[in-house]
Amino acid sequence: MDKNRIEIDIKIPNQTRYLSLIGKIGEELANGLDEYGGNRITLAYYINLVLTESVINTITHANARDPDKMVHLSIGIEQDELVIRVFDEGEGFDINEVPTPDFEGLAEGGRGVFLIRSIMDTVQYQKRGDGNVLEMRKSLVKGTKY
Amino acid sequence: MNLDISEQKKLVIIAFKEERLDAHNANDLKAELLALFDQGKKNILIDLQDVRFIDSSGLGALVSGFKNAITNQGSLKLASLQPQVKSMFELTRLHRVFDIYPTPADVPEQG
Repeated sequence: MDKNRIEIDIKIPNQTRYLSLIGKIGEELANGLDEYGGNRITLAYYINLVLTESVINTITHANARDPDKMVHLSIGIEQDELVIRVFDEGEGFDINEVPTPDFEGLAEGGRGVFLIRSIMDTVQYQKRGDGNVLEMRKSLVKGTKY
Repeated sequence: MNLDISEQKKLVIIAFKEERLDAHNANDLKAELLALFDQGKKNILIDLQDVRFIDSSGLGALVSGFKNAITNQGSLKLASLQPQVKSMFELTRLHRVFDIYPTPADVPEQG
C-alpha cells in the first residue's frame, strides 16, 4: 500500500465559475505535499493552471458550454507523480495535432495545451469506455522543501 | 468583474480588482477594453497588482486589447505583475509584446 497515495475525485457543473474552486483545491493539495521538494509556490500555481486549462477545454469543447452537463476530473499523487485526469464524453480530438503557438504572431487563443505540455511531463488524450480521458503526469522530487 | 477605472491626463488606468484573470472573466475584460477604444480612448494601462493567477484566456483577452489598441493608433500597457503572473508572460513569450512597468507611476506621460 502506498501510504502517500491521494486521489481526489471531483464533479462540477460545466460552468466557468467553478474554475476558481478547482484551482484552489489543486493549490491546497500542492501546499500539503510536505515530503516533496522544489518550489512549492510554483508547484501550486502550476497545478492551478493545468487544472484550469484542462477543465476549460472540456467545458468549451467536449461539453460545448452546456451548463447542464458536468465535468468529471481526478487529482492524485501516485508513486511520487502528480496525476490529473479529466474525463469527457465528447467527440474527442487528436492532441498531437494541436500546434505549438506562433510566438511571433498575436493569436488570441491556442496557448492552453501549450501551457499544459510545458508544465507536465506527459500528456495523453485517449478513448476510454464511452468517452475520453486526458491524463497528465508530473514527477515530484522527494526532498527538503526550499 | 471588479474594475476601478481612472483617467490621468491622456492615460486610462484600469485596476483589475480580481484575484484571477481567467476563462471566467476574460471575456468581460475584453468587452470593457473594446468599449473604451470605441469611446475614443487611445492609451490604456492595466494595473494587475491584485491578480495572482492568469490563464491562457486571460492572456488572450490582453492580446485582444493590444490588437485593438494598435487598430485605434493607441497603446495597451501593463503594470504591477506578480512574479507568477509575469512568468506566464515569459513562458508564452508575451513579455516581448507588451510594455510592462513595475508600477503605474513608472509609465511615461502620454504625448
